[in-house]
Amino acid sequence: MRAQDADGDAGPVQVRGTVLTVRRVDAYHAMTVVAPGIAARFRPGQFVAVAVGGPDSAMLLRRAFSIHDVRPDHGGTVEFVFSASGPGTRWLAGLRSRDVLDVAGPLGRPFPVPRDPVSCLLVGGGYGSAPLFALAGKLRDRGCKVDFLLGAASGDRVFGALTARRTGRTATITTEDGSLGARGVVTDMLGQVIHEARTDVIYACGPMPMLRQVTLLARRYDLPVQVAVEEAMACGIGVCMTCVLPVVGTDGMTRMVRSCVDGPVFRGEQIRWDDVGTIPFDAVGAPGWEPRSGRLPRGGQAAAGGRAGATGPGHGARESGGSGQQARPGSPGRPGHGH
Amino acid sequence: MGTDMRTRLGHVELPNPILTASGCAGAGRELAQFIDVSKIGAVVTKSVMLAPRAGRPTPRMAETPSGMLNSIGLQGPGIDAFLQRDLPWLLSRGARAVVSIAGGTVEEFAELASRLSDAAGVTAIEVNISCPNVEHRGQVFACDPVAAAAVIEAVRGRARYDIPVFAKLSPDVTDIVAVARACVAAGADGLSMINTLLGMAIDCDTMRPVLAGVAGGLSGPAIRPVAVRCVWQVREALPDVPIIGMGGVRTGKDALELILAGAGLVAVGTTIFHDPSACERILRELDEELARRGIDRLSDVVGLAHEPRTATGRRLARNVP
Repeated sequence: MRAQDADGDAGPVQVRGTVLTVRRVDAYHAMTVVAPGIAARFRPGQFVAVAVGGPDSAMLLRRAFSIHDVRPDHGGTVEFVFSASGPGTRWLAGLRSRDVLDVAGPLGRPFPVPRDPVSCLLVGGGYGSAPLFALAGKLRDRGCKVDFLLGAASGDRVFGALTARRTGRTATITTEDGSLGARGVVTDMLGQVIHEARTDVIYACGPMPMLRQVTLLARRYDLPVQVAVEEAMACGIGVCMTCVLPVVGTDGMTRMVRSCVDGPVFRGEQIRWDDVGTIPFDAVGAPGWEPRSGRLPRGGQAAAGGRAGATGPGHGARESGGSGQQARPGSPGRPGHGH
Repeated sequence: MGTDMRTRLGHVELPNPILTASGCAGAGRELAQFIDVSKIGAVVTKSVMLAPRAGRPTPRMAETPSGMLNSIGLQGPGIDAFLQRDLPWLLSRGARAVVSIAGGTVEEFAELASRLSDAAGVTAIEVNISCPNVEHRGQVFACDPVAAAAVIEAVRGRARYDIPVFAKLSPDVTDIVAVARACVAAGADGLSMINTLLGMAIDCDTMRPVLAGVAGGLSGPAIRPVAVRCVWQVREALPDVPIIGMGGVRTGKDALELILAGAGLVAVGTTIFHDPSACERILRELDEELARRGIDRLSDVVGLAHEPRTATGRRLARNVP
């Protein structure tokens, strides 16, 4: 349980945190855990990986949740939001004050924030909006204008609608059933909000199909977009290699990178959205791919074929983020829902 | 630590028997945020191949009762990047590096052994023979004693004489002892067991396999009894061959069970995903377990379960203060 990072700066810590509160927030649960080491290191966009089921648990994989908020009380607390939709998250929802939880964090790369006081649009789907409020605070501290665009299947699944209305310069809500705000999905309103708010930068977190759409629209308006992705994770710390997705690097090469340590925040246009869930043929190390220097023979690729277009639902420990409601009918299923 | 935990990896002495299992700790860098990698016996790296490799599509993982299935497809940066970046880092941290190698042909394995022998600081080589043999219709080396032996012989032939070579065996065989014998006859200095068992999960909502790779390797506490059986059988047949035992070790007591079955070293795998500081914890717990039993030297209990009951009782009684 060391605090020292491999490369010298403050890395994540693993702590046994005491649960302060577990409360219902509409369709979700919010859990606050005393974890001073994590709270002190936190930057918006980072997440925690939580062990579930107790010490003898048959559920081995950590559940990853983006950090909603940290507070200085009790030496430092961390709050995350989850949907009690599987055995792991139901166990979490059953915890009470003073129970102990094994938490590792803060993990992953945070949202980069602009140097200048620009106009920022924060787009969230389902409880994918959870990390956006801490980000909003940081942006406002830098003099940025913050507008919210939040959506979900129904009103009780729009996380933080009130906070967004209270703290955002504007807050636009969409629900698929029309129970709160405009009927539709966030991407229906994106163009209008961008125009009205004179958006300079977009930040988005939520289901993958939503992030894909937001990135496409941002490109149309020529706006930079930062997305926090959801991929099924087993460890959250970068050793299991399960949460990879195809990302284009600054050298123009596509690599399968880990969303836990190289993300979860990426520039939207870096991600090859159409190829998520596949190994693109031109990715570094893809079957048949040859290094440019090509000094060594290749082999052992027999079973490593790509499965084009298969963005099938993932099973995994990442139970965070939205719950897929923002996906239009017919769009691919969202990876990363745990059980 | 009161107990003498020193153990041997071939002719190399390690301060203690707890290792990371290949594929569960990367090359140690990520883990160093949570543990001191120089304090454990050695870091066994994720299998390194000659060329960079993208691996399999996602989903690559499924949680199963007390276990998980994975189908990563040996994603990795290749030997050049490993030698340039990962190995020097491990050594700079004072960690001992056991490098796992994987290939699709015998020649690839041999080339990797040769490259590693040219580099300084490799404590041992673990040969991941659970790879499809591209020259033999993709049949896994580890499932055929002849193919397994061919790989080990080539690696032993090209690896520097003072680097121990361990063959990592698959439990998915009819007779693991036959493969073990073949590897030892081909020059293996020791054996690692077990690799994952092949398993599969189907999503009842989508009605399709969960993993993009369809089948995957099952690991975690669910497979520990299989590991204990394999270590036992091989120790029974080859009592003088060093064994790295692995498969579902979660606590110090689990490690002790494999040691009693005949493993002189124990690797921690899937448990690291659950608890990134597991190796240090398990080492501490193992020490406590041994102390509680009045054992002051780890080497006294390696394979002890094979001795007749009465002898065991007498031997342990001697050590009780």
